[in-house]
Amino acid sequence: MKVSVKVNGEQREVDVEPRRLLVHLLRDDLGLTATNIGCDTTSCGACTVLVNGESVKSCTMLAASAEGLDVTTLEGLAASGEWHPVQEAFRDKHGLQCGFCTPGMVMAAVSLLRENPKPSADDVRSGLEGNLCRCTGYHNIVAAVLQASAAPGQAT
Amino acid sequence: MSILGTRVLRVEDPKFLTTGGVYVDDLRDPRLAGAAYVTYVRSVVAHAKVTVDTSGALEAPGVLAVLTMEDVRDVEPPPLALPYLPPAMRRPWLADGVVRYVGEPVAAIVTESRYDGEDAAELVGVDYEPLPVVVDPHASATNEVLLFPEAPSNTALAFELGEPEGLLDDCEVVVRQQVLNQRVAPVPLEVRGSACVWTDDGRLLFWGSTQSPHGARDTLAKALSLEPDRVHFIAPDVGGGFGAKFDVSVEDMLLAVLAKRLGRPMRWTESRTENLLSMGHGRAQIQTVAIGGRRDGTIEAYSLHVLQDAGAYPHFGAVLPIMTQTMATGVYAIEKVAVRTNSVVTNTSSVVAYRGAGRPEATAAIERMVDMFAAEIGMDPAEVRRKNLLPPDAFPVTTPAGAVYDSGEYEKALQAVLDAAGYDSLRAEQQRRRDAGDRTALGIGLSTYVEITAGPEAGQEFARINVRPDGSAVVYTGTSPHGQGHATSFAMLASDELGIPVERIEVVHGDTDLVARGGGTGGSRSLQLGGAAVHQGAIEAVDKARELAADLFEASAADITLDKTRGGFHVAGSPDEVRSWAEVATSADAEHGLIVDTDFKAKGATFPFGAHLAVVEVDVDTGKATLVRMVTVDDAGPVINPVIVEGQRHGGIAQGASQALFEEVRYDEDGNPQTTNLADYAFPSAAELPDFELVEMATPSPLNPLGVKGIGEAGTIGATPAVQNAVVDALAHLGVRHVDMPTTSERIWRAINDAKKGSDR
Repeated sequence: MKVSVKVNGEQREVDVEPRRLLVHLLRDDLGLTATNIGCDTTSCGACTVLVNGESVKSCTMLAASAEGLDVTTLEGLAASGEWHPVQEAFRDKHGLQCGFCTPGMVMAAVSLLRENPKPSADDVRSGLEGNLCRCTGYHNIVAAVLQASAAPGQAT
Repeated sequence: MSILGTRVLRVEDPKFLTTGGVYVDDLRDPRLAGAAYVTYVRSVVAHAKVTVDTSGALEAPGVLAVLTMEDVRDVEPPPLALPYLPPAMRRPWLADGVVRYVGEPVAAIVTESRYDGEDAAELVGVDYEPLPVVVDPHASATNEVLLFPEAPSNTALAFELGEPEGLLDDCEVVVRQQVLNQRVAPVPLEVRGSACVWTDDGRLLFWGSTQSPHGARDTLAKALSLEPDRVHFIAPDVGGGFGAKFDVSVEDMLLAVLAKRLGRPMRWTESRTENLLSMGHGRAQIQTVAIGGRRDGTIEAYSLHVLQDAGAYPHFGAVLPIMTQTMATGVYAIEKVAVRTNSVVTNTSSVVAYRGAGRPEATAAIERMVDMFAAEIGMDPAEVRRKNLLPPDAFPVTTPAGAVYDSGEYEKALQAVLDAAGYDSLRAEQQRRRDAGDRTALGIGLSTYVEITAGPEAGQEFARINVRPDGSAVVYTGTSPHGQGHATSFAMLASDELGIPVERIEVVHGDTDLVARGGGTGGSRSLQLGGAAVHQGAIEAVDKARELAADLFEASAADITLDKTRGGFHVAGSPDEVRSWAEVATSADAEHGLIVDTDFKAKGATFPFGAHLAVVEVDVDTGKATLVRMVTVDDAGPVINPVIVEGQRHGGIAQGASQALFEEVRYDEDGNPQTTNLADYAFPSAAELPDFELVEMATPSPLNPLGVKGIGEAGTIGATPAVQNAVVDALAHLGVRHVDMPTTSERIWRAINDAKKGSDR
């Protein structure tokens, strides 16, 4: 079946099996491999992308369900060339090590800050509950999100 | 000013934060065009004779081949995970008539697409004729059911030290306890995966998610009866390993056989469920421990029996008790020691290396026992530790287990965490709550630890320093980082000697054609071996450059000085005329520049140490424990880059605390795994953990020129017993002496109720 979806600002038409997952459409059909797959049960959040501005785990959404919607992956976050404050903060605070959870974590953090521009540390911890990281122990991820929340214009 | 010790942000990060890393499954290399996908059909029964019917799957859409053991019997069996494991317990390519754990591959399906493979796997018929299942290591140790009838027993390996008989006879106080160091799952966020192609020159090009590309290349070459140089192994970005990706698995290696058979490139990426079933697990020790001493707090004797669950096919896990034995007495001066270990096979997934690999198990045992000893004699656990710590003037120390500890300041580390945490006020608050009958009990847990890194034997590592004709540099290392930031810290080390800025130094790793040799990244070896090699190579490069510059100046090399701030050479006393690195490198070789190869050989393993203090709150009505503070000293010598070292500590602390509180791989009595996805396996999220309070200490090692030790595994070693001790400490006033890990609400609730019943009697 044909799916028409806007990805990182570009309208794309892809012919997919009805059962195809959004994450496979992104990775295998469109070659956007920043978005990773870390589990089978919507537990780890490595595949988190924004769909119409809200974080969605793309391993549990059918590609067909994205028909007519607007998807943003990590590759699209700094499309203007300017890093998003969340990207800057993850680097400044060493909020990543192996980098595998990072694309999903960054997108979840962007979504979190849109909903709650000035979160407390506890808000960040509970807000990122659906995104797992094995390397950082979360300490620097929380610090990064708090730093980003203080950045000018982060919530745009 | 030296760049070493400064907070340099990682050079790796811009890629990870914009386009993402390139992990095996992300590879779009043209040589993999037309690759077929491999899917494994896995056993759903723990122990059975099997017959496999592939006919249905062969007719499914997109299926290119379905192979069973019969189809690969002509290929030499894969090599043992370690050469001294019993050959009779060797893992076959695919189940050879018998399956020994749930998740064991019984058939390999090759398809045009991933989805085809999952569909076809459903169509492979496997008949199971059940055999008696052995899940409990105690049952295995009786040898009533032999998992490998050709082996004389279920024991894969056993070690011993000292004589346990009568060891504690003269002790005034003896405390005994069985301590469970439960099976946990490593869970790197990237699962296993690989891709390969036989190139036109007859070589095998293999990409694998590994911590040790050179070791993986050699294993693969051995499995395929090839010379190592016929295999080109590349570790692309690797999404975490934690010990479990050291080397290359049989499931990875079979791709090379399939690629040859079908004449096509092959790809394989397991699912998370497969990862939890078959990558292997960590820890899995049942420890029977006794500690003895005097009522004044002196510890005199320590006896440890380790029953190691090795899983179905012995791997690193079967060997790790030797590390537990080596580190058995920890930071303490204990005269009388005995250790017995027995690694037995069971119908479960293999036990492999997991962050700490044998050392956290040693620390967990003794730290728990020191607390029990303190409770028994009614002394503060910090005081008992202080009384028995090896003193700073004792180093180097040869322990009863034969380890030679290089350097240590154990009491200073302990005092530093007590001060930073406010130990006395914490104890006062604990007492206040107890007196008030507060239903939220406060627990304070300590551990003082020492571990061994880049061991057990003295290690070595390779580095190449190449200063290019344009004056930039490339550092080649035999380590293989997968999150540890070597591209940054090794560039800092090279920059510090060469005077070339970090931005102009590239670090190359993970490719066996580009890097001559290497030991990979594991056992916290990288900085003290690989980093020391880079440091040594950079010094040698400067020496060689001074000779080249001497020719350019027509002076003596002894008179040539490197001005690191200007990045050039001049004759001593004549700083105005400078020959740049570019000129000097060009004079070495106009095309390649200056190249220096070096191997750093360590004088011995190093022994990082530290102290952790955990504070937990326990709801005594529900049994729920919450970690509220974690204060740690992790002394691994001088720090090259605090940003990276802090990150290593954070990650390890989280994993250690999580083992104490949450994580456990469980099997039922029939060998059915109960924790096969991240919904069932208790992997912690940010919401379950606090911020960590790090206290700095740096005691140099005399064994390498940087004075550094390994930091990668400190967290899991120190944090696990500190958190467990804190949970037990919270319940001490209720009569609880011990709670096994993970200290779940149910376990804690039961412990409270059992203690209550005990006191009612």
